[in-house]
Amino acid sequence: MLTYTLRRLAYVIPVAFGVSVICFLLVHIAPGDPLTAVMPIDATAEQQAEMMAIYGFDRPLPVQYAIWLGKALMGDLGTSIATGREVSAEVSRAVGNTLILAVFASMIGFPLGILFGFIAGYFKDTLVDRAVTALSITGVSVPNYWLGIVLVVIFSVNLGWLPSVGAGPGGSTAWKWDFEHLRYIILPAVTLAVVPMGIVTRTVRALVGDLLSQDFIDALKAKGLGRFEILKHVVKNVTPTTLSVVGLQLGYLLGGSILIETVFNWPGTGFLLSNAIFQRDLPLLQGTILVLALFFVFANLIVDLVQPLVDPRIKRG
Amino acid sequence: MSPLMEIRDLTVRFHGERTVHAVNGLDLTLQPGEVITILGESGSGKSVTLKALLKLLPEKRTEIGGTMTVDGIDVTALTGRRLSDYRGKAVSMIFQEPMLALDPVYTIGDQIAEAVRRHDRVSRTKAMDIALDMLTRVRIPSPERRLRNYPHEMSGGMRQRAMIALALACRPKLLLADEPTTALDATVQIQVLLLLRELQKEFGMGIVFVTHDIGVAVEISDRIAVMYAGNIVEEGTVSEIIKDPRHPYTKGLLAANLHGATRGTSLASIPGSPPPLDARPNNCAFAPRCAHAREECLEALPPVFRPGPGRRVACVLERGQSEMVLPARTPEAA
Repeated sequence: MLTYTLRRLAYVIPVAFGVSVICFLLVHIAPGDPLTAVMPIDATAEQQAEMMAIYGFDRPLPVQYAIWLGKALMGDLGTSIATGREVSAEVSRAVGNTLILAVFASMIGFPLGILFGFIAGYFKDTLVDRAVTALSITGVSVPNYWLGIVLVVIFSVNLGWLPSVGAGPGGSTAWKWDFEHLRYIILPAVTLAVVPMGIVTRTVRALVGDLLSQDFIDALKAKGLGRFEILKHVVKNVTPTTLSVVGLQLGYLLGGSILIETVFNWPGTGFLLSNAIFQRDLPLLQGTILVLALFFVFANLIVDLVQPLVDPRIKRG
Repeated sequence: MSPLMEIRDLTVRFHGERTVHAVNGLDLTLQPGEVITILGESGSGKSVTLKALLKLLPEKRTEIGGTMTVDGIDVTALTGRRLSDYRGKAVSMIFQEPMLALDPVYTIGDQIAEAVRRHDRVSRTKAMDIALDMLTRVRIPSPERRLRNYPHEMSGGMRQRAMIALALACRPKLLLADEPTTALDATVQIQVLLLLRELQKEFGMGIVFVTHDIGVAVEISDRIAVMYAGNIVEEGTVSEIIKDPRHPYTKGLLAANLHGATRGTSLASIPGSPPPLDARPNNCAFAPRCAHAREECLEALPPVFRPGPGRRVACVLERGQSEMVLPARTPEAA
């Protein structure tokens, strides 16, 4: 188990390196000059060159990358061009907000998805199954920003039950565990939970349905086990695959949703990213993408480390 | 002595996209401690008969008629808790492919102990001791270690031994064996058969063994019942069936055996293929493939003759040679 863990941890290094290269290159390949957006229109060529030199944009790309990576390793992601604030501070605040949103969306989406999946799998090809399947396909197919807007129209505009935008009362941007903040998170969390719920439902349904048609279920019945005892076997069998799907979806939730966070004005990473894109704020963009990509890498790492604990068929060692 | 298992006029019909009449009026009796083999080709209804005995057929799509009694228990009427008390305790089953019949994410020991604890009120440790004892009895090498193994960590023969240990852990009076050696290598096959035979003597249980392999049937059983198109066409002791087959289908099966075949000559086989069972046969189901078929074979079900005690043959060729016990049963209007 220890060697497996160490080996799996070692894999993270090349992946993270690759991620950093891609993050850096993608942003630099994109057309447009990061400084034109913030420079006054009447700035002279000299002033422009001076700014380029300050931000280091005049040097060759590999050098820029090496400097950026070196600083990033020390936790310094540079300074935002648009706001002049530290990128690492901006990102960590946004990550906190996205994290709390992801936690709420997970608490809604995963249990419901697993529950629906089991119900549909157990009652495959019945009316219940068709209803659940229809619901999950709708959940996956409906554009979630549209769903967000519809929810806002219903619950904020028409019913007036919940606030429509923001992360807290009075434009609060930091999460607090109180009732007021809770009211603000409901709509974005529900909207964000819909897609993972649909995906988990469909996966679990397929797993359970397939498992119930296998020989060993007959063998379990043949030794006299009741419905509940057989359910225990089913749960243990579908856990590994369910876990990896949940892990991937968790990675997706942690990445935040640009569209949903924009619709709800949620001050998370997605929101930050969209601002960075529109303002051509290169350091902010790079920093945010890098942090999000690393989240995804770590979500996968955790799934891989937990997997052998629940599935004896995966070789450890 | 009252029989251990008695099946009377069993019919099994599957409904779905098309209806299949899998078992059509089957009668079968088994005495305590006796081994009977149901011999037949795929689709003859032999596995379905076993599953019906454990009520493992999908409830919604299956229509079961007739009566089944095992150890004085009316199987047909069993439901819920009483059904699961009966399963594994009075009757248990070993399956064709042990890799598929064992739960892949539970250890062998846990799977056996689970069955034990389901039927007997014993502690976990005691159940594990019983599991260990069972693994020793089925002669698995280093049983203590194997107890903690998962199915994928064992060989095919070892898995089938573990499956047998699991099935016998609660000392059932009747064991159903659904082609348990088909998926194994020939050498392992004979070992498992010998083991089963030994354990059967030791535990004194009755076995209904299902196979399509005459060699296996001869090795394991006291009596053989030959099944065709959902019914038994001939039954007798092993030597009666081998030395004196009466039904043309049995004769065909024996002739199709590889033993004694000479190189260069083509192997004997029964022409044609089994009938599609989308309707219940109302004449001799074998007649279209039979060299001796006459007009009466196509007109009605053959009567059942009894050439000797414990023997029966469902064929008109027996007329005049032996006593008729059952006139041709008329299938119910359906």
